[in-house]
Amino acid sequence: MSHVPPDLHYTKTHEWLRTLPDGNIEIGITDHAQHALGDLVFVEVPQAGRTLKAGETCAVVESVKAASDVYAPIACTVAGGNPRLANEPEAVNNDPYGAGWLMRVRPENLASVAALLSAADYTSFLAAEGE
Amino acid sequence: MAFIPHTPADVREMLAAIGVSSIEQLFEEIPPALRVGTLRGVPSQLSEMEIGRLMSERARTDGRPLCFIGAGAYEHHIPAAVWALTTRGEFYSAYTPYQAEASQGTLQLIYEYQTMIASLTGMEVSNASLYDGASAVAEASLMAVRANRKSKSQRILVPATVHPHYRKVAAAAASNQGLRFEEVPYCTQQGATIGGALARYENQDIAALLIQQPNFFGRLEDVDALTDWAHAHGALVIAAVNPISLAVLKPPGEWGSRGADIAVGEGQPLGVPLSSGGPYFGFLTTRMEHVRQMPGRIVGRTLDLAGRPGFTLTLQAREQHIRRARATSNICTNQGLLVTAATIYMSLMGPEGLERVASASHARARELVSALTRIGGVRLAFEGPYFHEAVLCCDRPVAPLLEALASRGILGGLDLSEDYPELGGAWLVCATETKTSEDIDRYATALGEVMREVTLASRERPATAA
Repeated sequence: MSHVPPDLHYTKTHEWLRTLPDGNIEIGITDHAQHALGDLVFVEVPQAGRTLKAGETCAVVESVKAASDVYAPIACTVAGGNPRLANEPEAVNNDPYGAGWLMRVRPENLASVAALLSAADYTSFLAAEGE
Repeated sequence: MAFIPHTPADVREMLAAIGVSSIEQLFEEIPPALRVGTLRGVPSQLSEMEIGRLMSERARTDGRPLCFIGAGAYEHHIPAAVWALTTRGEFYSAYTPYQAEASQGTLQLIYEYQTMIASLTGMEVSNASLYDGASAVAEASLMAVRANRKSKSQRILVPATVHPHYRKVAAAAASNQGLRFEEVPYCTQQGATIGGALARYENQDIAALLIQQPNFFGRLEDVDALTDWAHAHGALVIAAVNPISLAVLKPPGEWGSRGADIAVGEGQPLGVPLSSGGPYFGFLTTRMEHVRQMPGRIVGRTLDLAGRPGFTLTLQAREQHIRRARATSNICTNQGLLVTAATIYMSLMGPEGLERVASASHARARELVSALTRIGGVRLAFEGPYFHEAVLCCDRPVAPLLEALASRGILGGLDLSEDYPELGGAWLVCATETKTSEDIDRYATALGEVMREVTLASRERPATAA
């Protein structure tokens, strides 16, 4: 069973969101997603300043098996990508909810985060998916 | 004998599984206006014996003309070993080597090819090849738009000195994906792109500048200044180059202060015969920072479980068999057999051999230009250095001259009136190391005669000359 921290929000496309003290939102991919992808060899994060619509592709995580898109869970402006991933993509595998975060964004509307899945919702979603 | 393994029962079963009644129904969405029906002049079937006879009869009508046409495909001497080795069964039947354990020979050959092409272009990484030079330009344009993350535009600046076929193919392949190709005019005295022509783009968002060297007219562009201009304005540089010329010219990786970002070209001059226009192959090389935006296959060297060196396809995660519609390209493949010939050609020539081919071609082209411009009324269209082809012009349409030369067994060059009407009577001539001084004399003598004849004919028939 993959790890699902209780204090985050989630999407059905396996992204997680954390509200930071400065009001920005940190986004990454879940433990389930990193496990399904396998060892990551390259992560492409968006440029700071880019505005994203909810559901827009904004990053690519590439493993030896496949390159997969990451979708913006909410409408937002990118504050910055995680610079560490350029040389250390494996951080996403080793610490998906910590050092392996993908990007930090300024949400257009804070309420959009609360509307996403809770940890409990995501856990049931994974169970229904037959994890 | 049927070579299609599916029986009628197999076909019915497959159609039933997807709920379609006939194979024809799969193509229903193609409007009738776009359908060809039957091919004119092509019989429904011929036996092997009939085909063999027909083709040898047609081949005889080709003759063996003395060819001074270049314009993107070049006649070079091909050592006999190149195709004797290339057509061995081990190379001849091999397809894309997805199965590394069964394809080490092909994979090693492609790896050697990539190493040689990367070295020739002065770049860090090469793919396993593309269809041809023109499609390589299209792929490089799409790649540049993906790779230039600072630019939000999909605009590519394309000097009019770039091969007209490259420009047409790139526009056909990439325009529907949103790319815009904007033509940059050339200097009519120099036959090259000058800095002033770019000034109007100074404060605009441009994804990339395409530079062909030597350009379509055979002239050398000021690649250092053009490259630096593009980089100073946030644009990437796509170099389209003739591989033979790189033995004597600065490779794209060294253009300007930072070098070109992507180098492409037509690989035909490296051991591939003209063969009526194809098949040829395209090459594409780049810097490591853009490797994940590079289309096509790449062969890498690795170690197997026992620690032995071996070769395998690598960086496949963005290819179409994995990433489907979002792949870096869905219109590329590699040209394994042509690349085999090119790799053997480059191995046989070595850097010194290539340099001798390039230098001899340049010397022959100068000799040709000098012989032809001694004829009254013929002059060189542009000032400045050229590699192995040049534009000549005269005060009359050149099509009748070229036709008269062809009837004497000489292909005298390419009439430029369709693609460059502003040049008036102008044609592009080329000479490589395959042409002797006698060949050049024969062309010059014939051209002198033909010009006198055409002049006389037009005097006798003033009505048609008007």
